[in-house]
Formats: sequence, C-alpha cells, structure tokens
Amino acid sequence: MKDRILDTDMSIEAHNLTKKFGDFIAVDSISLQVPRGEIFGFLGANGAGKTTAMRMLTGLLRPTSGSAFVAGYNIATDSEQVKRNIGYMSQKFSLYQDLKVWENIEYYGGLYGMSLRQIKEVTDLMMHKLDMDQERNTLVSQLPLGWKQKLSFSIAIMHRPRIVFLDEPTGGVDPITRRQFWNMIYETAREGITIFVTTHYMDEAEYCGRVAIMVDGRIEALGKTSELKTQFGASSMDEVFYMLARGAKRNE
Amino acid sequence: MTMANNTRFNQLKAFVIKEIHHILRDRKTLLVLFGIPVVQIVLFGFALSNEVKNNRLLICDQAHDVHSAMLITRLDASKYFDVVGYVSNPDEGTDRLRSGSAHMVVVIPSGFSADLRHSHETSVQLLTDGTNPNLAATIQLYVQSIVNDFRNQIFGKPDIPYEIEVSPRMLYNPQLKGSYTFVPGVMAMVLMIICTLMTSVSIVREKELGNMEMLLVSPMNAMTAIFSKAIPYLLLSLMLVTVILILSVTMLDVPIRGSILLLYLVSLVFIITSLSFGLAISTATNSQQVAMLISLMGLMLPTLMFGGFMFPIENMPIPLQVLSNVVPAKWFYYSINDIMIKGLGFGAVYHRVLLLAAYAAVFLAISYRNFKIRLS
Repeated sequence: MKDRILDTDMSIEAHNLTKKFGDFIAVDSISLQVPRGEIFGFLGANGAGKTTAMRMLTGLLRPTSGSAFVAGYNIATDSEQVKRNIGYMSQKFSLYQDLKVWENIEYYGGLYGMSLRQIKEVTDLMMHKLDMDQERNTLVSQLPLGWKQKLSFSIAIMHRPRIVFLDEPTGGVDPITRRQFWNMIYETAREGITIFVTTHYMDEAEYCGRVAIMVDGRIEALGKTSELKTQFGASSMDEVFYMLARGAKRNE
Repeated sequence: MTMANNTRFNQLKAFVIKEIHHILRDRKTLLVLFGIPVVQIVLFGFALSNEVKNNRLLICDQAHDVHSAMLITRLDASKYFDVVGYVSNPDEGTDRLRSGSAHMVVVIPSGFSADLRHSHETSVQLLTDGTNPNLAATIQLYVQSIVNDFRNQIFGKPDIPYEIEVSPRMLYNPQLKGSYTFVPGVMAMVLMIICTLMTSVSIVREKELGNMEMLLVSPMNAMTAIFSKAIPYLLLSLMLVTVILILSVTMLDVPIRGSILLLYLVSLVFIITSLSFGLAISTATNSQQVAMLISLMGLMLPTLMFGGFMFPIENMPIPLQVLSNVVPAKWFYYSINDIMIKGLGFGAVYHRVLLLAAYAAVFLAISYRNFKIRLS
C-alpha cells in the first residue's frame, strides 16, 4: 500500500483540480501543495468555490478533472485511505446536541474504527486537556458555544489524522474564544498534523503559514501573508482580499 | 483482514449505540411509540365494537295474552335488549323512536295467541329507526332470531316437506369480534410509523444538522451507516410487535392460530419494506418536514384507506380496488389475518411476502441511486 504515497512530506497536492456542475465551473483548475505540519488558510468570498474544493479534497465529491493526493493517496481512486487519514470539522456543529459529551466522543471514535479501550484513553486525555473532566455527562446542548467548538476540534483529531480540514471553524464565536481556538490549532500543527482551514476572517489569515485566495473558482493568490501584502502593495490581508474579491463576478 | 473486520465492527457498534442513545434520550417519542399501540388496542378492543348491546325496546302489546307475555319475557331476557316501556299504539311508539329514547318498537297484534293456535300463522311488526341503517338491520336480525326460536319452542321445528335450511356458520371468528380485524391493522399502522416515519425523519435530521457530512468524510461506508441506522428501529419494531401480540392475546382474546415464527417472519419482511421506504424518502429530501409529509401522505393515509382494516376494499369502486393493490400494508394485513385468525401456513401467504420483499428491493434500489447521484 505504501507505494501509493508519492511524497510523504506533502500532505496535500492538487493538480488542475476542477469541478463542474453542468455548465457551471465551481472550481476551475486549482493547483496547490501543502507540506506536512503547515497551517494552510483557504480564503474566499461565499460562492468562490472553497467549500467545493474542500469537499473534493475530503472525498465528498468526485472531481470532474485534474487530480489530487491527500496524505499521499489519490482522492479519486483511494478515497477510503484518504478518509482514514483526515479529520474534518464542519461549519455547522456536527456534535449531537442530544447526546452527552462522552457519547459523542465514543461515537466519533467508533466511526474511525477505534476500539472502546483506545477511545477511553483518548477521552481521558482530551477531557483533562480541555479542562472538561466535570462535563463528561453533560448534554452537548448545554455546553457554551466555545466549548462545543473546542470539543468538536478535539474530536476531529482524536484518531490522530495526518491532515485536519476545518470548514469555517470559528463562525459566530467571540474574539477571546477564537484566540484560544487558534492556540489549539497551533499546538496541533506543532504535533505534525497539517491544518487546512477555510475562513472569512482576514485577521485569522494572518495566523496561517500560507494562504490561498479563491475568486470565482480560481486561486488568484497563494503565498505567505507577508509576501502577498508586498506583492499587492497592501498594508493588511483585508486589503489584499478586497483588491482580489472586487473583481469577482459571482456573489453567493 | 481481521484488522479491517475489527474496524468495521467498531464502526457498526458505535453507530448502533449512538442511535440507541438518541432513541432512549427522546423519552416523549418513546412514550408515544409504546402508547399508540396500547391505546389503539384498548380503544379498538373495548370501546369500538360493532356488536350492539342493550338496545332499548318498546313493546306495543295489543294482544295481552299468554303467548305475547312469553315473547316479551324472551326479548327482555336477551342481553341485546332491554324492554324500556310499553305503549298502547304504534304511533306513540314512533314518537318515542323519533325522540331517540327507543331503538325499536315491537308491535304484537291483538289475537296473537288465538291466531297462533288456530291458523298457526301470525305476524309481529318491528319498527326501527332507519337513520342508522347498520344498527337497525342488526337489531332486526336479532329480534327475528328470537322470534324464530320462540316459534320453534311452541310448535317444534316446522314440518314442511321440502325445505332448504340455511345453516350459517361464521368460520374463524364465530362471534364476529371486531378486535380480530383491528389487531393486524394496528400492527400495520404502528410498524409504518416507526419504520418509515421515524427512520426517514432521523436520517434527514442528520443531514440538516450537518452530521451526515461528518459521516461521509469518515472512513465508514455511508451505505453501511444508513443501514446500521435502521437496526435500532428494526429492534424497536420487533419489540412493539411483541407488545401488540401480548396485549391482543391477553386483553382481547385474539387467538394466534398459526405459527408465531411465521408471524414474526412476515412482520420482519414488512418492517424491512417500511424501513426501505423510509430510506428512499430520506435520500430524496433534505428537510424533516418534507420527510414527515411524504411519510404521512405517501404511506399512512393510503395505509388507513386501503389497508383493508378500516374500510372493506371489496366495497370500493373498481379503480380504488386496483389502487389498493399498490399499498404494501394491505398485503401485510391480509397475511397477518390469515396466519393469526385462520391459522394458515407459509403456503397461503408466501406470494404476499414475496411482493413485500420486491417492494423493499425497489425502495432500496431507489435509495442507492439517489445516494450515488448526491456523491458525484
């Protein structure tokens, strides 16, 4: 099986990845490479095609053309292996509100094929780290939003994936919680897990190692935030984004 | 290979346990689920009965002789009738009928005894309230049979040389108990609610909340996931079948004349059919409301209308009779009836069971196709 891995240091490699829905080209021939342990920001206005691109990389959608390797596996032919090696946290809260904290953890651990013993070990560690030891038996619906988010993220990486995809993970939370959340992301990246994160917030873009900005299904800019700012002669990422997004034809 | 099997088992187990947590947490729904069959059985078994007891009789006795007195005593002794009063002429009786204080007036003509003795022939007039034709016809029959008995008692069996005697015998349900038809009907209804409605709604809820996405990016095979979603509902359904059967046997004295094993087998096939219909609905829509609506309109209503246990299909216009064949519940209902009440074996129901299985296959194929389309 190992022979499928092209380059172990590359977590994500996409070449001319394209998705068409009928005549509509949602993602237009994008190429990118994300090395292991990087925090890669994926920016774009609503409808720019980020979600579609991410859905292809996570195996939810088949590309119309082009190819991509995630964790060294071809997304078109080896999606099973891709799924085993990635974690995912969606913009909607994917924890079950009517289940207790431990029940959610047990479920997601089980989905990734973990045994109950493994799950228990990870749960103990996780609860301790999140300072949630008292909350194991709490219904998720009763947790504050910030806690839910941290729990969601911890669950997304509980099976130690090589890459974790975060789809607008910080929507609707206050700046302090966002800051704490990014600290968790940093820590995870330091452990060698690659982070692929989409966001609207341009200040969050500054936290990323490199960013790609999508406009109308294409990647219009890709690089370190400092480089992009120089390249576009802008003082902030907000400005860079505005300059690029102004030319967008699609909205929503 | 064992690694892979372990993984698969862990996935399946996690999913089923999670689903059971969902079901157990939702106490209200659970209460409703187990409440529905109990209430329906009690209602149908005791409250709603098509037997008519304690009908109020008015007697217009114009004879006042030995035989009229004997007949009146007989009528009054019957558990179906209470003699509530006497009137002197039929007109007075019809007034009482109109006001609803009596169900029937029995008019015994003057000279009743004398006519019986001399000409061996007399008549009794029955006045009934035709606004409720079923009731009127039923009590008319009751009185007729009491009068016949009375005649036979006095004269012995009529000695007519060439007589064709009609001797009716209601097979399988001699007392014409309504509960015999209601029990299989309640089973069909309840199974449909759980399997189709609850399954489709609970899958669609996962989509609405974004949990389906988490499932799809996980290594768990999505089709497997959806099937394991059905497992707890299947168990729940079998439990409910058991509850309904126990209630019917102990409370309503409904017999199980055929094989219990066969009964469960047929139920299982019907459950699978309903579950696959639920699956098909859930793959076709993204909103819980729509799923609920389709389940109700697409299955519950036709089940009630054309299932055969509420309205006799034989009395429907031909187009509706043809239409009723499309309703899976009809085939389940007939099979359960045949097994429980008639005590028939597999040979009598296998064609219906096959039909139900064919339905399941079609619904599953539709679900699978919808699912594939969503992915590409």
